[in-house]
Amino acid sequence: MSELVEALKNKLGDLNPEVSEGKGFISVSVDSSKLREAAKRLLEMGFDHVKTVTAVDYMKEKQFEVIYHASSYLNTDLAKYIVELKTRIPRDNPEVDSLSDIWVSAEFLERETFEFFGINFRGHPDLRPILLLQEVADKHPLRKDFIVKEEGIFK
Amino acid sequence: MSTTTTIPKKLPGMDLKKIGKDLYEVFIGPQHPGSGHMRIIIRVDGDVIVEADPDLGYVHRTMEKLAEGREFIKIVPLMERMAILDACNITLPYVEAVEKLMDIEPPPRAKYLRVLLCEINRVASHLYGMGIFGVFLGHSTMYMWPFGDREVFVELAEKLTGARLTHTYAIPGGVRRDLPQGFKEDAEKAVRYMFKRLEEYRKIFLDNPVIQKRLIDVGIISKNLAAKLGIVGPNVRASGIKYDVRIIEPYEAYDELDFEVPVYEEGDAFARAWIRIIEIQQSLNIIRQVLEKMPEGDPMHEKFWAKAPPLYKKVFQETKRVKLIPLFANLKVPAGRAFARAEAGRGEVVYMVESQNAMKPYRVRVVSPSFRNAIVFKYIVPGHRIADLPAIYGSIDYFPPEADR
Repeated sequence: MSELVEALKNKLGDLNPEVSEGKGFISVSVDSSKLREAAKRLLEMGFDHVKTVTAVDYMKEKQFEVIYHASSYLNTDLAKYIVELKTRIPRDNPEVDSLSDIWVSAEFLERETFEFFGINFRGHPDLRPILLLQEVADKHPLRKDFIVKEEGIFK
Repeated sequence: MSTTTTIPKKLPGMDLKKIGKDLYEVFIGPQHPGSGHMRIIIRVDGDVIVEADPDLGYVHRTMEKLAEGREFIKIVPLMERMAILDACNITLPYVEAVEKLMDIEPPPRAKYLRVLLCEINRVASHLYGMGIFGVFLGHSTMYMWPFGDREVFVELAEKLTGARLTHTYAIPGGVRRDLPQGFKEDAEKAVRYMFKRLEEYRKIFLDNPVIQKRLIDVGIISKNLAAKLGIVGPNVRASGIKYDVRIIEPYEAYDELDFEVPVYEEGDAFARAWIRIIEIQQSLNIIRQVLEKMPEGDPMHEKFWAKAPPLYKKVFQETKRVKLIPLFANLKVPAGRAFARAEAGRGEVVYMVESQNAMKPYRVRVVSPSFRNAIVFKYIVPGHRIADLPAIYGSIDYFPPEADR
């Protein structure tokens, strides 16, 4: 795993990434303006598909973290590694470049992140809700300020 | 008495919308012979599909949000609802991710028991998929047989875990119950029966000229396209990519077991049907091996026993049943983020769990195999005739409750 960390540092060096080993993945954190360039270089290295696209809402820090987990099908050496490409964006203006043209596999996953967090993926070919109805998607259910009212058993 | 009946000019759902010269929009589903609800909106020219738009979410339950309001252990039974037949496979990466955060490893016996249930689940899940495939193609024998034979493996799972479906068997630290007495003999009977049945499936279904005409060269996914679309499981292996998490990144006891992963180069619906039959054979082999090689020991981590009251230890020693101690409900998981994956029946399932040193997770992300396979409808279906749609749908073993989460 440490060899790949070095390789990633070399390949993405001029984008100032923070590369570190996580539990079950290698984390690559870049600035949101350099996300597309980083994705292109990962694709060149052989990371040919993404497994998840998601976000985490850090309400206290007023930020979203947008996360792509990329891996490889065709390159058997890379297949066992997961690269977590992530970036932080402001919570009041959640916009980030779409990577759907680089990784086609991200298309439906970006749509899902769009409806659940209200993150606008610039340049996405078909950005509309996929699982939710429009009325529910407008509320962005996975944001931390969306509170689920749960009924108690004895009420 | 008047014989004329008034037919409403427009029945809901029956109106064809003309959207261009010779181009019509047809809604297929959400009610159709498949499992669960899912709609595909297709645009047709004659009976050739020019555009397909899968419309998901009919059985969506917002599991990721619900998980944020539950204690760690309660998320296992929640996530199982995605694919109740495949319950152990679909929740195993979640359990592994929590174990990674807690920095514990289950004892070897627990690992073998998990693999055992995973393979029983895989056989049942594939049989279910084959049954749905049969009903899509109007082959009612292939619907009845696998659904009947599935019962054998559901009962085997019941014997092992106490529940037919939604077993909640793998929990952080180990498994909930030890191997019951006489299980090995029952499993051997089931395995022998299933090998015999697979031969009969081949004769009536896969060697059937009508089925072959409907499946061969239909819905071809090339190797490069499969990698690009990021589809998973038997579908990607039918397109010539040898990718199975059990081999790529072995988890639990899979690195100690001897098994093959079938790969086909054709990438059509027929290859995807065959690959499931061969995978059932391999799973049956694994079940035999696991029961041979099963090491002795505790099915739960020693940390668990250190905190268990004496009564619980007594129950375990006498009945080999792990009773969850109340402390387990208040499991505090150290802060951090973990990623884990496993090969479920329909393909790779991935989890990302983030904890902030609390009793409930901060974020749980799950992507199920069927959701990643849904992209096939958009990119592979266009160009085929409407009659080919059920064959493609059935061959990718799409399961809406799993995809919608």
